[in-house]
Amino acid sequence: MASSDSPLNLEHGGPALEPDLTSTSTRRAVSLGAWRSDGAARWLFIWPAVLLILFLSIFPLVASVVLSVSRVAFKGGGVDLSFVGLTSYNQLLFGTERVHFLGLLKNPNPLGWAFVIAVAAFVGWRIRRAATGGIRPVFLLLRVLGALAAVVFAFYLAQALMSDGGRPGAVIVTIFFVVVGIAVQLLIGLGLALLAVQPLPFRRFFRVAFLIPLTITPVGIGYMFRMMTDTSKGPFEPLLVALGLRNWTWVNDPWAARIAVIIGDTWQWTPFVFIVLLAAIEGLDHEVREAAWVDGASRWQSFVHITVPAILPVTTTIVLIRMIEGFKIIDMPNILLGGGPGTATQSLTLESYLDWNTLNLGRSAAIAYLLLILVSVIATAYVSLVRQRVTEVV
Amino acid sequence: MTAGTAPSSLGTPSGRRGRRRLPNPFRRRSAMDMHPAARFGAFLLMLAWAFIVVFPIYWLAVTSLKTPYEVDKGPFFIPFVDFTPTLDAWHYILVELGNDTLRPYENTVIVGLSSSLIALFLGSAAAYALVRFTYRPRVGVIGLFIFSVMLAFITAALGAPLLIAIGGAVGVFLILFQAIGRRFTRAMGNSDIAFWLISQRILPPIAVAVPLYVLFQGIGLLDSLPALIITYVAANLPIVVWLMRDYFAALPKELEESASVDGASVWRIVRSIVLPISVPGLVATFLIVLIFAWNEFIIALVLTSANAQTMPLQVAAQSATRGPQWWAISVLILIMITPVVAMAIVLERYISRGILIGAVKG
Repeated sequence: MASSDSPLNLEHGGPALEPDLTSTSTRRAVSLGAWRSDGAARWLFIWPAVLLILFLSIFPLVASVVLSVSRVAFKGGGVDLSFVGLTSYNQLLFGTERVHFLGLLKNPNPLGWAFVIAVAAFVGWRIRRAATGGIRPVFLLLRVLGALAAVVFAFYLAQALMSDGGRPGAVIVTIFFVVVGIAVQLLIGLGLALLAVQPLPFRRFFRVAFLIPLTITPVGIGYMFRMMTDTSKGPFEPLLVALGLRNWTWVNDPWAARIAVIIGDTWQWTPFVFIVLLAAIEGLDHEVREAAWVDGASRWQSFVHITVPAILPVTTTIVLIRMIEGFKIIDMPNILLGGGPGTATQSLTLESYLDWNTLNLGRSAAIAYLLLILVSVIATAYVSLVRQRVTEVV
Repeated sequence: MTAGTAPSSLGTPSGRRGRRRLPNPFRRRSAMDMHPAARFGAFLLMLAWAFIVVFPIYWLAVTSLKTPYEVDKGPFFIPFVDFTPTLDAWHYILVELGNDTLRPYENTVIVGLSSSLIALFLGSAAAYALVRFTYRPRVGVIGLFIFSVMLAFITAALGAPLLIAIGGAVGVFLILFQAIGRRFTRAMGNSDIAFWLISQRILPPIAVAVPLYVLFQGIGLLDSLPALIITYVAANLPIVVWLMRDYFAALPKELEESASVDGASVWRIVRSIVLPISVPGLVATFLIVLIFAWNEFIIALVLTSANAQTMPLQVAAQSATRGPQWWAISVLILIMITPVVAMAIVLERYISRGILIGAVKG
């Protein structure tokens, strides 16, 4: 799309010079869009970022693979690597660590089977519709594979959550934290951003106050929430006593503990959604909305047809970044409950960290790699299924 | 967002009218304002969330004034009424620990500010490039590159000296590139570059920390501020690129195109048009990456030992031997967030419409 007939002209266009935009002497006959291809800027803008990330990412990426197929022994100041193949992966997926990692899997109960069949019917219907719609065989094959993956995942969920005696492992717990956490944070963050652009009293105070949780170091937030949620010494103790819950504690119930982690995570990360959306909404051209109002559009219509399309791209970015960061959740479950009760709030990164702490670096790296594969698949699917539909800049 | 959905009146007479009315931005909107009852409801909602956000901070402040005995005995809410406040914890952190608090504090400030400014600079450049230029990295060349990297690792693992392994791999890459590089036609696009950038954040810090330790040991930068700065710049670059890409893409293209037709170079367009109107996005992104660098824990834990320690390590250290020292943790968190919140107070005004309109429409 860009022609390359406009080489960078440092004499006339260097940043130190002020070309006279109106004089005909500097005006050149450039086709529209030729400005996209100023040669040097084209490369100078992107290479520093790419090179720096390459420099710091290749080695850890390869080293982690090597670690994950090795047993690491520390011998007198040195490190001894011995190749053990896929033992660590085998332990996690099929062996002794399977209950922690994947969960305790039992045969689904009737509800579980109904769920699996519903998912299978839905993806089957989508495939059928795509097949009759005439798409290329390669893409049809991809879709069939994706559909199969969805059914297998649904069966896995049913085995862990909708079965007698089944129990979710770190994979499902992490996905639960990510999905529920992002949904709640996005809703609250968007609502707050929309409120914070209104001319309300103390607007500037609110805007700064809403940012505060993000500024606290995650380790510190973990300790702070432990103080807040302590049922005998925390600030809510009088409230619990008044409600007759003196002997109630949330730390022994797996789902209450998981929800506590999500509450903490939401407290911490809603400001991230808030500030990014706030900047996006403030960056909108206000006159468009004004014109719509003059033309008689309701506030709701103006929100749906002007604001939402404009902030949708950055919203999908927020979801992607929060997804990638959320899968690495560790401090809140670790400090709040040490992954407990039992392993109920043990996330993937926490499991990896516990192995790391006991110097089982091989299994720690294997967990990290399985996390990398899982998140890569989910993020790729998200970008191609969701983000590409709402923005040109994918 | 396409240019069509944001028909901008920049530079037209209506824009100039908008500027003249700038001194009182509220009045212009008054006709569109919500019903007073709705405004009051909105205000109450904001107040509710502000309470949720501020109350834990208040609890930290109160806890920092308590003795261990008072913390242990149950909830006391109001100093002087419920309990007698003491500055013991503050004294312990600021005076008794003295340099052990001050040095990490300095490190945090230096590492946080420099890494986030560098990341903002490099990342915005890359983001702008990904929005306005078209790149076609060829699949075959990327494959060649990965092959060369693997070659370097394999030869190094087989016992070749590191320099020879790397040099050999570079040589192989260049020879193959010269020989067959031109034949590759399949290419990827900007979106693939962007996805590759963000995918570098997927691996959890625990998995990255030990290899980074070995890497920085190799170049002799362990326990130094540059190591942390380099790592945090690289870690935060993808976030800057992704956020700024959306902000840049939302800018009206017509402005830049007309400036280009008038003969302005990319440099000048970026400096005098793009950057001024992107200030809200730049400020928001800067605050986010500053906070990320300010608070990072695991990598700082592994890469530093004495000289370059940062504040998050101090917070964690308060529960190392005798269980969590709640009062000391409270003090540390409070002194850690103070500069960031102060910066947010200063920068908040730039995340607003007035500045933006003034900068562009003048």
